[in-house]
Amino acid sequence: MKKVVIGESVSRVDGRLKVTGGAHYSGEYPLPNLAYGVLVPASVTSGTIVDIDSKAAAGSPGVRAVITHFNAPRVPGYQAGAAKPVRGLKLFADNKIYFNGQPIALVVADTFEQATFAAGLIKAKYNRESFATDFRSNLEKGVTPQGGRYKDYARGDASLLDNAPVKIKQEYSLPSEMHNPMELHVTTAWWDGDDRVTLYTKSQGVISSQRSIAAAFDIPEKNVQINSRFVGGAFGSSLRTWPHEVAAVQAAKMLKRPVKLTLTREQMFTLVGYRPLTIQKIGLGANTDGSLIAITHESVSQSAVYEEFTENSVNISRFLYASPNVMTRYKIVPLNVGVPTPMRGPGEATGAFALECALDELSYVLKMDPIALRLKNYTESDPERNLPWSSKHLKECYEVGMEKIGWSNRPAVPRSLKDGEWLVGYGVGCGAFGAYRGKANAKIKLLPDGTVIIQSATSDIGPGTGTAMTVIAADILGLPTDKITFELGDSSLPVAPTQGGSATVSSVGSAVHDVCTAFKKKIYGLTGKPEDSTEAIAWSELLPKLNLPYLELSQESQGNDTAKNYSMYSFSAHFAKVYVHPLTGMMQVKQIFATVDAGKIVSHKTAASQMIGGAVGGLGMAMTEEAVIDDRYGRLVNGNFADYHVPVNADVQQIDAYFTDKPDPIINPVGTKGIGEISLIGVAPALANAIYNATGVRIRDLPITPDKILEGEEKLG
Amino acid sequence: MNQFEYIRTTDSKAAIKAMTKTGEAQFLAGGTNLVDLMKMRIVVPDRLIDINPLPLRDIEKTLTGLRIGALASNSEVAEHPLVKKNYPLLSLAINAGASAQLRNMATTGGNMMQRTRCPYFFDVTLPCNKRSPGSGCSALEGYNRMHAIFGASTACIAVNPSDMSVGMATLDAVVHVSGPKGDRSMKFTDFHRLPGNEPQKDNNLLPGELIIAVDLPASRYPQNVAYVKVRDRNSYAFALISVAAALDIRDGIIHTASLGMGGVAHKPWRLTAAEAFLAGKKPVDENFRKAAAISMEGAKAYVLNKFKLTMAPNAIRAALQQAAAKA
Repeated sequence: MKKVVIGESVSRVDGRLKVTGGAHYSGEYPLPNLAYGVLVPASVTSGTIVDIDSKAAAGSPGVRAVITHFNAPRVPGYQAGAAKPVRGLKLFADNKIYFNGQPIALVVADTFEQATFAAGLIKAKYNRESFATDFRSNLEKGVTPQGGRYKDYARGDASLLDNAPVKIKQEYSLPSEMHNPMELHVTTAWWDGDDRVTLYTKSQGVISSQRSIAAAFDIPEKNVQINSRFVGGAFGSSLRTWPHEVAAVQAAKMLKRPVKLTLTREQMFTLVGYRPLTIQKIGLGANTDGSLIAITHESVSQSAVYEEFTENSVNISRFLYASPNVMTRYKIVPLNVGVPTPMRGPGEATGAFALECALDELSYVLKMDPIALRLKNYTESDPERNLPWSSKHLKECYEVGMEKIGWSNRPAVPRSLKDGEWLVGYGVGCGAFGAYRGKANAKIKLLPDGTVIIQSATSDIGPGTGTAMTVIAADILGLPTDKITFELGDSSLPVAPTQGGSATVSSVGSAVHDVCTAFKKKIYGLTGKPEDSTEAIAWSELLPKLNLPYLELSQESQGNDTAKNYSMYSFSAHFAKVYVHPLTGMMQVKQIFATVDAGKIVSHKTAASQMIGGAVGGLGMAMTEEAVIDDRYGRLVNGNFADYHVPVNADVQQIDAYFTDKPDPIINPVGTKGIGEISLIGVAPALANAIYNATGVRIRDLPITPDKILEGEEKLG
Repeated sequence: MNQFEYIRTTDSKAAIKAMTKTGEAQFLAGGTNLVDLMKMRIVVPDRLIDINPLPLRDIEKTLTGLRIGALASNSEVAEHPLVKKNYPLLSLAINAGASAQLRNMATTGGNMMQRTRCPYFFDVTLPCNKRSPGSGCSALEGYNRMHAIFGASTACIAVNPSDMSVGMATLDAVVHVSGPKGDRSMKFTDFHRLPGNEPQKDNNLLPGELIIAVDLPASRYPQNVAYVKVRDRNSYAFALISVAAALDIRDGIIHTASLGMGGVAHKPWRLTAAEAFLAGKKPVDENFRKAAAISMEGAKAYVLNKFKLTMAPNAIRAALQQAAAKA
């Protein structure tokens, strides 16, 4: 096998395992004596449980336990005054109901079918209380979140907007959107004695899961083993330890046998978070040459009555464009709903939708090309923090994207380009997401046959983390990729951060880079060569020659203070070409072209895959996804895959990605900035703007569905 | 899912007999709808009668038309050479529905029997007259975006979700059934019913009756046909509005027209007034526009489905344009 260097296209190192069924996910460990847990959801939206009739369920064949707040074993982390209190919903700790679908019981049986059958026999009596799920009619209950992080932001005097020669003031909304990864959330847990527990669980951070479970059960962290070697998608929904995971551990403790708890697809809509329903007001004031005078961005998001959820939905308006005057305000409305959780491109995807649509609207008022408008307000340093960018190549993104999408064909006047019956439009949406580097550890071990194992307790929720790490190691060590095994998803491995915020390649990749570099130096030292030698190492001869059974090295890696003097972001511009049928309102996204400045790209093939996946997610955000609650009952009316629409193959045509691929000189030794989030941010506004360009219909409330197109056309007359 | 008795039978008479014994019974064919409903405890039968071994799978020529066995799968029908040649509208309608995997399992008779997708029918904790007669209709003042604009009642505003049935109704198919009191036939358009005060009844089958076959009459529309399905994504979504259009154009004049609409009523909705209007007219957009307007007489929308009053005539026009354009 040939040697690879950072930046090449490499196929997934675990691809074969995944397509042959050799990859075992958390629900695929058939442990001996395994019992199965099924949750029973509340059918009321607020109140207290008066009684639970579980006799029929308990007497049903195979049932081993019906766990409710009446009999649940005490969870130390749920108690008042706990040393490390568990945040969020304390399942089965009391009789309170905060949202519809909140679990009231866990039925555990010898088979999944027995548990499912018995769960249907549970009957509860409730004391119903009044509730609020209707976001729009409770907007006045919006509050500024606790802590200083979300206080109002002001730069200059944003009231100058009112005197601006050209201005736009519009309101944009997006509904709650569910992560819904293919793999259901599942936890398998078993105890060894009273204070040691092992979990196979769907997790984006095995160390974070380890800490949460240890805190909940008040046992030493080292006594908690978390395994999450393969994850079938998560998009943020496995960033935290959820109450049902604690419940599975609780059940295993109670029954003294392994318990597997799998959420149903319907429960995935209520128990593992979502991108919250958000209404945003944008104000843009500009001179007639397009230069911005002021930006105002106010956002109100849904949160839960039992736990506060916040995200950075207004921040993008502070730094993406050069405007001397900016005001942002962020509020949340606590409702009787499950708590949201970060979803791919959290905050910025929401904010970019509003800002980038408003900018598009402004471009038509100014009769200015949308890219020219963005260039007019291009900023070579971060206007929010007054720092230089660590790197920014967004202009290159604009240039390449315009060429690849055929921007010169874009009609300056909306609704003026046709292809047969279809209206044709082009749009652009830009995005940015903070580039981070966290502290991470990695270990390398050389075996006598010349192969190496590299370990780090990170996760791979789908982007191909193992592949990227293997490429970095292969480049530095000069070893073919098939001689390298990267191990992750195991809390006993060297400590690494949770996979989130697009930071894994930056954090863990740096640890792999550093440990491999140090390992080479160590070997040069052992073989009597200068440390900075570039001589190829004869790996398979090394250990026999040194007469060692193995050789290993661990290293912690983190950024230095230089990074504090820079503002670090990944940037993107998504270009879209959309067809709209003027009679039916049906739409076809003919092409999405993503252009990205994410620093150095480690593995082009898997990175491009990630960009395509993010674009499909953005397409869903723009055109299909909407969780609907019937506010009379507080219940979701479309909590299933037939009625909650994610894009299907027929919706997805040509999607490509271009990377500027220029290493960031500041953030980390490889120069990577991260692409997981940026792959989605900017897609929804690009599509909304393309649909406007095609039809002359501006739709500010997502998702953009055929009925809204026709409604808009009627208004056009 | 509840506990139930399972019977597999190779003989129609035995199947019908098993259906009439005491307790709630259901025929099981492809199971693509029934099994979901059982899992959600919307349907809780005491007995399932698996009719898959019955000899009802054939698609064969009749003296003038085509007979489609009740167990012929949706895929088999849609891809059958005689269907594609003589009844292309039916192929288009079937392939507009569900997914390839579902069409492989779903049968002709089963498709006719599929229940509504009204979200309140699917939520056993909420009122629904179709699922639980007398409990009320949650959709009337609820999430009624997908609901009826024709033929609804205050008891139920649900729509029939089938695409195949819109095609069958438009092509003047005839349904053959067999029951405890013998065999009988009815027009496909008489198979499904409007909700009235008994929305729990989707169709006019009598207790114990089994669908045997659907007959298509002699082909009148081998060419100028279209099936326009307006939906929230480009595949695997139920219709907001669907329109089946079939034109017999001779010497530049519409000799006859057949039009059906889905997503608008408790049954496939034939547009007979528009058909009468179009007969003898030129196939031009002005006439299509008028036909569409005529079709909307008597339409009534609810809070969230008012868009259908625009989308439906637009889709009728689009379907007529597409049908007329086919050379």
